[in-house]
Amino acid sequence: MPDTQPPVATLIKQGAEARVYTIPFAGRPAIVKERFRKAYRHPTLDEKLTSRRVVQEARCLHRIRRAGVDTPTVYLVDLKASTIYMEFIDGISVRDHILATSPLNHQHERELATKIAKSLGVMHDMDIVHGDLTTSNMMMRAGDNPSLVLIDFGLSFVSTLVEDKAVDLYVLERALSSTHPDTDSFFQAILNAYAKNSKGGKPVLKKLEDVRRRGRKRTAFG
Amino acid sequence: MIAIGFEGSANKIGVGIMEHSDDGKVSVLANPRHTYITPPGQGFLPKDTAAHHRAHVIPLTLEALAEANLTPKDIDVICFTKGPGMGGPLTTVAIAARTLSLLWGVPLVAVNHCVGHIEMGRMITGADNPVVLYVSGGNTQVIAFSEQRYRIFGEAIDIAVGNCLDRFARILGLPNEPFPGWQIEQRAKKGTQLIDLPYTVKGMDVSFSGILSHMESLVRDHDPYLPDAPYTADDLCFSLQETVFAMLVEITERALAHIGATEVLIVGGVGCNERLQGMMGEMATQRGAHLFATDERFCIDNGLMIAQAGLLAHKHGVVTDLTDTWCTQRYRTDEVLVTWR
Repeated sequence: MPDTQPPVATLIKQGAEARVYTIPFAGRPAIVKERFRKAYRHPTLDEKLTSRRVVQEARCLHRIRRAGVDTPTVYLVDLKASTIYMEFIDGISVRDHILATSPLNHQHERELATKIAKSLGVMHDMDIVHGDLTTSNMMMRAGDNPSLVLIDFGLSFVSTLVEDKAVDLYVLERALSSTHPDTDSFFQAILNAYAKNSKGGKPVLKKLEDVRRRGRKRTAFG
Repeated sequence: MIAIGFEGSANKIGVGIMEHSDDGKVSVLANPRHTYITPPGQGFLPKDTAAHHRAHVIPLTLEALAEANLTPKDIDVICFTKGPGMGGPLTTVAIAARTLSLLWGVPLVAVNHCVGHIEMGRMITGADNPVVLYVSGGNTQVIAFSEQRYRIFGEAIDIAVGNCLDRFARILGLPNEPFPGWQIEQRAKKGTQLIDLPYTVKGMDVSFSGILSHMESLVRDHDPYLPDAPYTADDLCFSLQETVFAMLVEITERALAHIGATEVLIVGGVGCNERLQGMMGEMATQRGAHLFATDERFCIDNGLMIAQAGLLAHKHGVVTDLTDTWCTQRYRTDEVLVTWR
């Protein structure tokens, strides 16, 4: 039986929904993601959301890793403790990477955009929607020609709907423009590569136009 | 400097007067308001709302001047809502502002309604650089300040949360006085049963139209006012509040975590709901952040918020030329270049 009470867990991040620790797990560095109770939420609603998201997250991580997208390997799921044990990724977030190298040069921008688009394309072709695409939820492994790793599938779900995939991209667009102003060309490069690399890409991009218009419509009233 | 602000983008018309002294002191001198109340089960139509505003704009202006003990000569700048909002009501109030500007010989400043809410909230609560949850009948936005703009991190992708609550109040036939959300809040306090509702958070965005349709079908299936109904109207109000507020707190928390902020400010009409404030407060406590909220005098649309945002801009050289004093129904929060921060 694996030890569910790790002896030397170090808190590395307190996110909005979970605490992330590093621990040694069977001889290698691992990440423990523990979803905690939200005091503000009705207990019934809280329990429903938490257990649903733990299962969903583990399932989606596993499925897209099998499809060839780089994500942390799942080691163990402890549903009672709302905890997932997974691989520790040695690298930095795309957010920090962009902030550190800003402004991105053209060549580098295109390479990064292509990597992101390829991962998203495969993921969407598997009918998996990430649900919280931000540059904080993408990492680059340490080393030369680093592989792009998608992380935090806490809000992910399975859907065949073009609509859901388009909203996924829309969420990324919004996150990009709010975190990294003046990244229009970067997002456009992601979309171009997405169209090329994803089998179902074209209708998703078409739908994205609709989602954007609807988003813009939200300016209507005071 | 003294500013008078005119607000009338929805069913409230308000006139506020605000003074910024040279020593940095900020004083609220007057903030009267009048609300257009429709019968239970009905919303407010633009044409009727504009007529209401036309009838009240002059009496309110006189009331504000009298309360502040000022004459038109004391006013340095006239601020009015440029948008977003309903076309008819907006232009009605803009005409009043333009007329007074010509009569009194005072410059005009056009103000974004959403920025008015944010600046008002910051001024009243003293919050310095908060993540703002702006929730009203027309808007649902999670906002943070970055590179001279109020940037929208998350928002409702269909109807606003206040619109969802208002329309559900209409379905239940609740009175629109003092406002529909207040009626739902009172009923929710008596609800005991949590009904399973759709929960739709997409990243930092939320969606409410599906929840509203679901609520509609619940009422259609079982009249909640009948004694043998499986749920009461109170239960429905309770469940609706618990679900939509949990969604709002969740996206606000996500924005806090994303930028590493430690202050939260709630503004807009739905912001005076005490259950929402309570939930947000618990979230803030759990992560060592601080909640700032105001009451209905400042949360709900009012003239003072327009005076405050307009005066801040005016002190940094903004004047709106008479030919540019048009209104727009669509005016995003992030379109405004914030020169005063």
